[in-house]
Amino acid sequence: MSFSEKREEGVSEHDSEVPEAPEGLSEPPDRGAAEAHGAHHQEGFLRKYIFSIDHKVIGLQYGLTALLFMLFGFCLMLLMRWQLAFPGQPIPVIGGLLGNANAPGGVMLPEFYNQLGAMHGTIMVFLGVVPLVVGAFGNYFVPLQIGAPDMAFPKLNMMSYWVYFVGGVIMFVSFFLPGGAANSGWTSYPPLSNIATMGQTAWLLGMVFLITSSLLGSINIITTIIQLRAEGLTYMRMPFFIWSQFVTSFLLLLAFPPLEAAGVMQLMDRLAGTSFFMPSGLVVSGQVLEGAGGGSPLLWQHLFWFLAHPEVYVLILPAMGIVAEVIANNTRKPLWGYKAMVYASVWLGFMSFIVWAHHMFLTGMGTVMSAFFQTTTMIISIPSVVILTALLISLWGGSIRFNTPMLFALAFLPMFGIGGLTGLPLGLAPSDIHLHDTYYVIGHFHYVVAPGTIFAIFAGIYFWFPKFTGRRMSESLGKIHFWGSFIFMNGVFGPMFLQGLAGVSRRLYDGGVQYSHAQDVVQFNQFMSYSAFLLLIAQLPFIFNFFWSMRMGEKVGNNPWQATTLDWAATSSPPLGHGNFAEVPVVWRGPYEYSVPGHEEDFLPQNVATPAPQEG
Amino acid sequence: MTAHSPEDIRKETRVYIFVFIALAALTVVTVGISYLDLSTGPAVALALFVALIKGSLVAAFFMHLLSERKLIYAVLVFTVFFFLALIFLPLGSFLNQVAG
Amino acid sequence: MEIPYNVEERPDTGLYNGKLGIWLFLASEVMLFGGLFSSYILLRTGDPNWFKPELSVPMATLNTMVLISSSVTMVMAWASLRLQDFKKFRLFSAATFLLACAFMVIKGFEYNTEFSHHLYPSSNNFMATYFTMTGLHGLHVLGGMVVIAYLWGPGSRMWKTEPERFTNRVEITGLYWHFVDLVWIFLFPALYLL
Repeated sequence: MSFSEKREEGVSEHDSEVPEAPEGLSEPPDRGAAEAHGAHHQEGFLRKYIFSIDHKVIGLQYGLTALLFMLFGFCLMLLMRWQLAFPGQPIPVIGGLLGNANAPGGVMLPEFYNQLGAMHGTIMVFLGVVPLVVGAFGNYFVPLQIGAPDMAFPKLNMMSYWVYFVGGVIMFVSFFLPGGAANSGWTSYPPLSNIATMGQTAWLLGMVFLITSSLLGSINIITTIIQLRAEGLTYMRMPFFIWSQFVTSFLLLLAFPPLEAAGVMQLMDRLAGTSFFMPSGLVVSGQVLEGAGGGSPLLWQHLFWFLAHPEVYVLILPAMGIVAEVIANNTRKPLWGYKAMVYASVWLGFMSFIVWAHHMFLTGMGTVMSAFFQTTTMIISIPSVVILTALLISLWGGSIRFNTPMLFALAFLPMFGIGGLTGLPLGLAPSDIHLHDTYYVIGHFHYVVAPGTIFAIFAGIYFWFPKFTGRRMSESLGKIHFWGSFIFMNGVFGPMFLQGLAGVSRRLYDGGVQYSHAQDVVQFNQFMSYSAFLLLIAQLPFIFNFFWSMRMGEKVGNNPWQATTLDWAATSSPPLGHGNFAEVPVVWRGPYEYSVPGHEEDFLPQNVATPAPQEG
Repeated sequence: MTAHSPEDIRKETRVYIFVFIALAALTVVTVGISYLDLSTGPAVALALFVALIKGSLVAAFFMHLLSERKLIYAVLVFTVFFFLALIFLPLGSFLNQVAG
Repeated sequence: MEIPYNVEERPDTGLYNGKLGIWLFLASEVMLFGGLFSSYILLRTGDPNWFKPELSVPMATLNTMVLISSSVTMVMAWASLRLQDFKKFRLFSAATFLLACAFMVIKGFEYNTEFSHHLYPSSNNFMATYFTMTGLHGLHVLGGMVVIAYLWGPGSRMWKTEPERFTNRVEITGLYWHFVDLVWIFLFPALYLL
């Protein structure tokens, strides 16, 4: 791996074997169960790479696991796209491998299609994107950007990863249960999910693990940001990325537990025969179900969306943070409206807790409550617009460097813009009545998350790769990756708006061929599916680039992008397990001091102690 | 930990005993009220009121929130706000259902 | 590598890491039980056929007293450490642990009585709520017992090497323990008296 190379670099005399704090007194710095502490200076392989308590290793573990899950979730979607484009035709090449229970003769069964749909959503959100933006980027860069030696609770951090891992394994294994994986949608609405196959129980168990993991992670990130900021790093000097992680962690901390409660209740419904979510007299297959009844399916929706709406901002805020870092760096000027962005992100986080029922306009909600939720929904669009506008104006007059991370960051702006603006009609009950549960909704949130958040993730990977490895990723491959992804993403999701406006339901197994109102738009299905397959091909340069650059990429110094934040003051591929900085950095100024008048270089890092230039 | 003289701490322990007595007394009170056969509204209000007092006593003295840092207050204020949203917004939606 | 402010307070926040961490954790716990309380309220107001069987109020009252007492002994254990009285700490935390055991045993008897009256989680939505909420609360008690036992036993060696850090650990364990008590204070009227 790349870590082995760090010694050749000779950038730091601070090699990995820095003496630890004196002797036996220094217990592993946590507050959890004390561990027999063998006073090893040389950590074993297990401690260093598997059960590591170093935030950088944990960040990489999160990142690699989540990228794998994301690829897996993407492949599930490709199977669905085949079925939508060519309903009833055998899946080529791998169709025979799916088993008779799922796809006899390679032709996908509706039950399997439902599993794919539910698990694609679950995997992408809970096992892919959130672990990437919070677990990987958050873990790796929060301590680095605030000048801390590690997270506040390193062992909790390790536990958070491994709990996530177990949750992921449970989700993955559920495909092999009798009846397959969960098949009631990623939202798991009862009563359908209450009477679903065994996969649903696995889903709930997996979710309990994933929620616990997020909880531990968010406690850690908040504590780290509040307690371990370097000297001089006041709140208003924190990079916007740190702010986004800060708000995000609060969302995870406070929004997830109600879903955990709901998960426990659904588990009780499924395993102990309770009726929390089971109405009286439910008829399934012509028979009235036994059981106490009297429960409320809507209760689940409330508890689920109490998490899942803030979750949207969990997906998008860190992405905005990454994009802000990349844009500031590549426009070579300070972010325009940094303070407004910070306040907007806090406001966004706050409001995100009281908008959730706009997912439930069609559940018979009365006009009073629906007016309330429509109002809050319109209000919450304001801070998003503030942030996006600030990022856009930041470009004005900059001498922009169009490198790969910047291309992804630039593409984020219009893509997220499309996603956000198409959300407005969904937040208003009258238009939502028509658009609810159609492909329009799918198009809307995929624009937010796929060309939005995932592009930001790519920007982050290209941008910070030199920090992980000491090498830069190939620019030409990166640009191929960018243009391919950009074009095909739009090919996949753009036509969904048209299908949705025509009223095509998002849950159809055959893409709508048997509905007359869908006839004008079903022909888009093949186009979208071809785009999806090509999108997979467009990822190949990235995968190759990623591994190739680890060994063969251009070697660079600690600060290849001439950036200002503290992460770039640390050694590239920082030594593992022994703190991040040769000497504890002290912060003198705000995060984005680019092109400071009177300073000979066009960037002035936060930790460089030059006297401030004459006030302008 | 802020420096407290042993004398202060001994004073605190006396307070703990008083709080304990108050909690025990309030437990008896709330059980007593439940035997009065009040109608639902006042019964719920009274029981919640007593529970709130007891809860505040625990939080204020045992969890020494009375002398806690501002930061903790800030976290808790947010939490209480979202807690109230979690309780009352779903309730509002349930009470404001369209008939049929 | 030493994590800063692990033991001593950070000057500008006035907190050590663990204390902030535990309060954040408790905040999330508030939302966890909040979700359950919210469900309870909704199910109860939404169901015209709501039925609540008689539960044993005396047993629950006794349990309330037991849990309140354990909170007092816990806070006394912490105070003893601050007075440098390790022996008393041992005594009080042992008392806390035993009171917690008593709570669980009484709870066990209660469950047993209910089962013998053929009241199960599946019987009706009240019993479902009752078992879920008290069960989850019981798990929290169990978790607390494990930590208290650890700090009483092997964990207490830290008192010799890092007394302040050990005192902090007892403090945050106490915070958690009082929270568990606080949840019960609301569960008791909500499930038994109303």
